[in-house]
Amino acid sequence: MLDKLKIPERNYLNNGHGLASWLLTKDHKRIAIMYLISISVMFFLGGLFAVAIRLELATPAGDFVQADTYNKFFTAHGVIMVFFFLIPSIPAVLGNFLIPPMIGAKDLAFPRINLLSLYIYWIGGVFTLYAMLSGGVDTGWTFYTPYSATGSNSNVVPVALGIFIAGFSSILTGLNFIVTIHRMRAPGMTWFRLPLFVWAHYATSLVQVLGTPVIAITIVMLGVERGLGFGIFDPARGGDPVLFQHLFWFYSHPAVYIMILPALGVQSELISTFSRKTIFGYSFVAFSSLAIAVFGFIVWAHHMFVAGISTYAAMVFSFLSFSVAIPSAVKVFNWTATLYKGAISFETPMLYAYGFMGLFAIGGLTGLFLATLGMDIHLHDTYFVVAHFHYIMVGGAIMGYLGGLHFWWPKITGRMYSEFFSRIAAILVFVGFNLTFLPQFVVGYLGMPRRYHSYPDEMQVLNVMSSAGASVLGLGYALPVIYLLYSLKKGAVAGPNPWGASGLEWQTQSPPLTENFIEVPVVDREPYEYEHVVAKEKHLV
Amino acid sequence: MSNVVAHADDHGHAHAAHHPALQHHFDTMAQQKEAAVVGMWVFLLTEILFFGGLFAAYMVYRIWYFDAFAEASRSLSLFWGGLNTAVLIGSSLTMAMAVRCAQTNKRSATVNWLILTMILGTVFLGVKVIEYADKFEHHHVPGYNYQWAAAHPSTSLGAGEAAGAEHAAPSTALGAGEPHRELSLNADQLQLTTQIYFSLYFTMTGLHAIHMIIGIGIMLVITWMAYKGRFDEQYYTPVEMTGLYWHFVDIVWIFLFPLLYLVERHV
Repeated sequence: MLDKLKIPERNYLNNGHGLASWLLTKDHKRIAIMYLISISVMFFLGGLFAVAIRLELATPAGDFVQADTYNKFFTAHGVIMVFFFLIPSIPAVLGNFLIPPMIGAKDLAFPRINLLSLYIYWIGGVFTLYAMLSGGVDTGWTFYTPYSATGSNSNVVPVALGIFIAGFSSILTGLNFIVTIHRMRAPGMTWFRLPLFVWAHYATSLVQVLGTPVIAITIVMLGVERGLGFGIFDPARGGDPVLFQHLFWFYSHPAVYIMILPALGVQSELISTFSRKTIFGYSFVAFSSLAIAVFGFIVWAHHMFVAGISTYAAMVFSFLSFSVAIPSAVKVFNWTATLYKGAISFETPMLYAYGFMGLFAIGGLTGLFLATLGMDIHLHDTYFVVAHFHYIMVGGAIMGYLGGLHFWWPKITGRMYSEFFSRIAAILVFVGFNLTFLPQFVVGYLGMPRRYHSYPDEMQVLNVMSSAGASVLGLGYALPVIYLLYSLKKGAVAGPNPWGASGLEWQTQSPPLTENFIEVPVVDREPYEYEHVVAKEKHLV
Repeated sequence: MSNVVAHADDHGHAHAAHHPALQHHFDTMAQQKEAAVVGMWVFLLTEILFFGGLFAAYMVYRIWYFDAFAEASRSLSLFWGGLNTAVLIGSSLTMAMAVRCAQTNKRSATVNWLILTMILGTVFLGVKVIEYADKFEHHHVPGYNYQWAAAHPSTSLGAGEAAGAEHAAPSTALGAGEPHRELSLNADQLQLTTQIYFSLYFTMTGLHAIHMIIGIGIMLVITWMAYKGRFDEQYYTPVEMTGLYWHFVDIVWIFLFPLLYLVERHV
């Protein structure tokens, strides 16, 4: 039966040819593809700096680059990965491509604004890259004052301005999603029939829309401080550098949830599809996304426990930080309950989903160590923190991104990739990741501070493990580039619904039409009805 | 879920003629307008958060250095600030009239009200230029050349305006007017901490002014569209959205004026 499948004659990929048909498109799917290419380039650029960091840390002495160059390397790694890869990753690629077909719409509410967000992202990205190549910045991605205002002698303002510009791209994406989800749903697509992927993106969009303007104004204040000699954060004039940290983390902590919430949404889709079961506790999973978004806004000061904030404030923020664990645990337990007695299979997307569950749990639980006031004094600014947030951002967000990309790749391109090589890659990523970051918990606990290019000899074994793991991880990230590109020409034709999934996006052809559906679909069933409906529809043509 | 039902009904019968402004991915003009309205309000929400960061900083420093804020605030001119407030509220009225005229198909009146709004906006910016120039003259711009005490009251716009009042008597120690009560900060401390006030003053009013310039730019386009007859009672969304933006910028000033000009101004 699979042999008879053909790529549909009319689809969004062959509707118009040439560069202009891409650069001037209003089709959310083509914009998503352009985002995919852009963030992949950024990911590998950011990865290069990670390679440089791990090379330096392979030996205890600072013998690869000078300390100041090392500062510029980890700053570049952080800035590129956070602002130009992780923040746009799942929303701008998968969310952009999938939200309209998932809710039965022809496009996002504002197609032109969608394209504008891509151009703004490009301008911000090029600006930042130029500023980094023409001297770089050595403040760390956190830009703490007063060092960034008066101390640093590097390109602080240009890089910060690049982030400022890219922020508008993020705001516009979030705004577009919110309006689309509110106003563009197909007949019968009620709020509680929305895929959990869409709920997660709704919560993400709220964070993008409410948080990003605050980092924007913080950058403006830093800019006038450094550029015009204003004194908002200047302690010499009575200004408060900790105020900068408050404003910075008011965005940058919720930004972690911009990165992880979409991955949680992907996870719900994967777990349900590959265990052939209705998701356990749909409304709990949906509302836990919103709860994470809300809690995310009231925990920011846990980054400043040792920065001299009041003990009472610290106690409140510690307590609130603990409470984030509740909605996170709701999700993990509900996924586990979904797996229970399901017809579980081990396709590549599901391998990423399993990896995600374990790594997200470790990343989340070590976050509780750091939210504990006494513990944080010992662990603050050590490699324990580095390991913790990489478990969330790499082990969580990137695993979710790769899982989602493999899951929807047949929908996006109409073709299947090599199952063998993709499983190898998934395993390499999991093994490489743990080998890289598990030792960092230990070395951090032993007292190795972050952001230094040399360390005591006795910590070398753990650091070499970390560097070795990073090379395995790099291989795991490089492999998909090869087999995914290969699949574009040679991959087996996937058909509309290769996984037998229940979502509305699988009810249309792959790759979809520019309008997504021939007629506006009418939704007449509940989400994730695997037990009753979808089993019969596998390989539906 | 009533909107979903309405949506389904609209699909039942094909529209005889689509409005030219209806985009392909919307079913009805009503759906298209609702999307724009929701989107605009979400955008204004981001604007509130954007200015919110500055208001948070203002709050912290006003509590810490209240005397510096009160003293520095007195150096601003109530006359120019008050005039600008009136001008801006007036421009909100003319903007509202423009939206109403667009809604009722009055083309030339729409254009005229929009032009009047732009004129009032420009007047506001002109007054801001006068005020900024005064700050430059008196070394009230934070940075290396900042001099709090050098500002002589009789030449300052603020004190000049308040010259009729008995408490505007020239002072030697502090420059910007006699201390109105026992201050908790000495002259050196005022020299430092009033810079924080002026840092916030210039950032807040500067950002507000940039928003106004953008608003006037948008209005130029909208006016041209209105002149070309693009709007009717079914489609006047761009005028209405510009109006929402303009009212937002107005409201920001309604907060900035008392916070910057009227700190302890009663004493």
